[in-house]
Amino acid sequence: MTSGGIRRSVTAWAATACALFGGAAWANPEPDQLNMTKGASEWSPYALHMVGLWVCVVIGILVFGAMFIAMFRFRKSRGAVAEKWSHSTKLELIWTIIPVIILIVLAKLATNGLVTFADTTGSEMTVKVTGYQWKWRYDYVDYKGKAVDQVGFMSKLEESSDRTRQLKSNMDPTKVQVDGYNTYLLDVDKPLVVPIGTKIRFVIVGGDVIHSWWVPALGWKMDAIPGIVNSAWTNIKEPGVYRGQCAELCGQDHGFMPIVVKAVPKAEFEQWLTTQQDEAKAAKAAAQTAQTAPAPANQG
Amino acid sequence: MAHAATHDDHHEHHGAPKNFFQRWVMSTNHKDIGTLYLVFSLLMFFIGGSFAMVIRAELFKPGMQLVQPYFFNEMTTMHALVMIFGAIMPAFVGLANWMVPLMVGAPDMALPRMNNLSFWILPFAFTLMLSTLFMPGGGPAGGWTMYPPLSLQGESTAYVIFAIHLMGISSIMGAINIIATILNMRAPGMDLLKMPVFVWSWLITAFLLIAVMPVLAGAVTMLLTDKYFGTNFFNAAGGGDPVLYQHIFWFFGHPEVYIMILPAFGIVSEIIPTFARKPIFGYRAMVFAIASIAFLSFIVWAHHMFAVGLPMGAEIFFMYATMLIAVPTGVKVFNWVSTMWGGSMTFETPMLFAIAFVILFTIGGFSGLMLALAPADFQYHDTYFVVAHFHYVLVTGAAFSIIAAAYYWLPKWSGHMYNETWGKIHFWSSVISVNVLFFPQHFLGLAGMPRRIPDYNVAFANFNMISSIGGFWFGASQLIFLGVIIHCVWFSKKKAADRSWEGAKGLEWTVPSPAPHHTFDVPPVIHDDELAHGHVED
Repeated sequence: MTSGGIRRSVTAWAATACALFGGAAWANPEPDQLNMTKGASEWSPYALHMVGLWVCVVIGILVFGAMFIAMFRFRKSRGAVAEKWSHSTKLELIWTIIPVIILIVLAKLATNGLVTFADTTGSEMTVKVTGYQWKWRYDYVDYKGKAVDQVGFMSKLEESSDRTRQLKSNMDPTKVQVDGYNTYLLDVDKPLVVPIGTKIRFVIVGGDVIHSWWVPALGWKMDAIPGIVNSAWTNIKEPGVYRGQCAELCGQDHGFMPIVVKAVPKAEFEQWLTTQQDEAKAAKAAAQTAQTAPAPANQG
Repeated sequence: MAHAATHDDHHEHHGAPKNFFQRWVMSTNHKDIGTLYLVFSLLMFFIGGSFAMVIRAELFKPGMQLVQPYFFNEMTTMHALVMIFGAIMPAFVGLANWMVPLMVGAPDMALPRMNNLSFWILPFAFTLMLSTLFMPGGGPAGGWTMYPPLSLQGESTAYVIFAIHLMGISSIMGAINIIATILNMRAPGMDLLKMPVFVWSWLITAFLLIAVMPVLAGAVTMLLTDKYFGTNFFNAAGGGDPVLYQHIFWFFGHPEVYIMILPAFGIVSEIIPTFARKPIFGYRAMVFAIASIAFLSFIVWAHHMFAVGLPMGAEIFFMYATMLIAVPTGVKVFNWVSTMWGGSMTFETPMLFAIAFVILFTIGGFSGLMLALAPADFQYHDTYFVVAHFHYVLVTGAAFSIIAAAYYWLPKWSGHMYNETWGKIHFWSSVISVNVLFFPQHFLGLAGMPRRIPDYNVAFANFNMISSIGGFWFGASQLIFLGVIIHCVWFSKKKAADRSWEGAKGLEWTVPSPAPHHTFDVPPVIHDDELAHGHVED
């Protein structure tokens, strides 16, 4: 193969790869999706992922290209006679030093990503996430410096998915839809509602075994471990519904404990939070009345 | 027993015992024990493979069609345990048993009776482990990593842990034997730096085994006492720490994955020079790269734990250390390519598998480099991207190298040539199907499909179906392998020459094919020209 031939094939490959991997803008899994989501949060590893991918693609083309050239040129059937050399200090130094330089660049980029990821300071809101077999619990801890009073709920797989996923249910998973989007195993009875444009700190714990809280659009997953309080943050830019799943094997229904984060404008969120707090207060009051003077009706 | 063991010393040049039980069960012969190891690992390869078929069948389309989720988890757990401890590791030990004495000019392994014991523990260990599938409560379903507290919820903990202890004892004895053989029984003139790369790779691997198998034993013993004896090593409610288990496990686990790939490096470093008819490029660099990878394997374990909430400093350290592994691994790949460059190549089945190994293992290495980048790993971790990664390095890496080794040395073992046409059919069928099987899994992982789930959203349907088709195809292709081996051993009419391959160098090709029951009763004279890597100067 000539060098022109190599250049042409590299260009062709690059074009194909661009078509395959470029312009990924999914927030939730799309049919035949090839690449990672760019995410909906301020922090996203997407750029680092793409740099890593391209470094690998380029090195791959060079190494595999050299291999294929060798396989075509140095065939015994083409009369190739084996050469005797088996050593070259210069070459070996080159292919030790160049990878080190590439790695240093990658390490620098990745370190920057880690430093911003680890910084949960300046959060305006805290949500406690607890993993249970096989559902999630969300407790709103504080919002804009004020403690949130008793807003917390369980969030588990919604019913139509749950019925469909039973062994030999003979129900069609493609029929589980919300607004034309297939939500099979990716929808819950009660989503986590959060505001956009707000730095939210999640504190994540496990209630029984280890789970992992993962919404791809937020850019990370974090294990929910009994006895350990982990933290991570997000700052969602666009309103939307962001779906994810438990990512750490947690028993038989590990595949059936999805996560749904509903991001709404701040005003809408504040209204929602007030309603939730009022409902919680009413429920608490009702419970207290029920304790002092048992009543048959439950306002819950 | 004493009689059987000393028997060999008194009568020279006699063959194998005629009695089947005496020959195979009481064997102290490195070749027979090597054969036992290889046959056992092939059996386990098919058992573990059948579990994979169950997994791929359930994942063929969305919805639960075949098995309950709990049984699915038993399948993923057992598939991994059987493939790692039953197929890959015993296959490499079997190859070491057969080839290390032949390659260093030793009459047998240094500790032949321990050799027998270390093999015969394995069938019992795996019977124990596999029997849990038929028990009330079922087999282990918490993943092969057995993370507590989940793994302690199972009923089969005691069985599996005892089985793992047995496998560990077997591995440690095998490793001691290999080290003792290599360090003490080399023929005069076979200096350490004249040994074939395969022998070097096993010497280093054996040290890894001795270092980490006891760590695994400790970790699972703590699981056992946590479950049955009221300790709280990993129980947060009792002051323990579930993450401690993960640290201990992966301190074993990362060297373990190199235990499964370093001998593969050795095999490929034997095969490529043979069929390129050119000495291995940079012999010393190859040996040094294996040693560096082995050293680094001890300081990278927490890259399996980037998502457990490590402190930032720890994430940075383990990320840097992991990325460093790319350097010696790169050296190995570049050196294999350079060995091919300027050679005079032919493409018999072993060479085809070795070339596929270099390309596909490198693809697994690329995804490994991407996984090393901790922030990106927050997305990749525990998804099908990881599944694709470790199957590229373990199936097209470790398993392909074992298949390549089987084709390469089968003429020496059996005395016959295998059928080259069917070998090539096996190769092309395997290499295409394995990519159909595992390449789409990269896409699934990036799109957001977690590992170890029995059912999935419709968005993941197409690639899962493609992957399953590739899986069934790859599984069926291995029946060709079985057929080729059976044909070669019992039916092939084509006699193998002592030097079965034109470009083959090394001591193993100086003995007859099939290798007689006893070889090198008298130490061979080493000629440097006869060694696979040629003269090692400077």
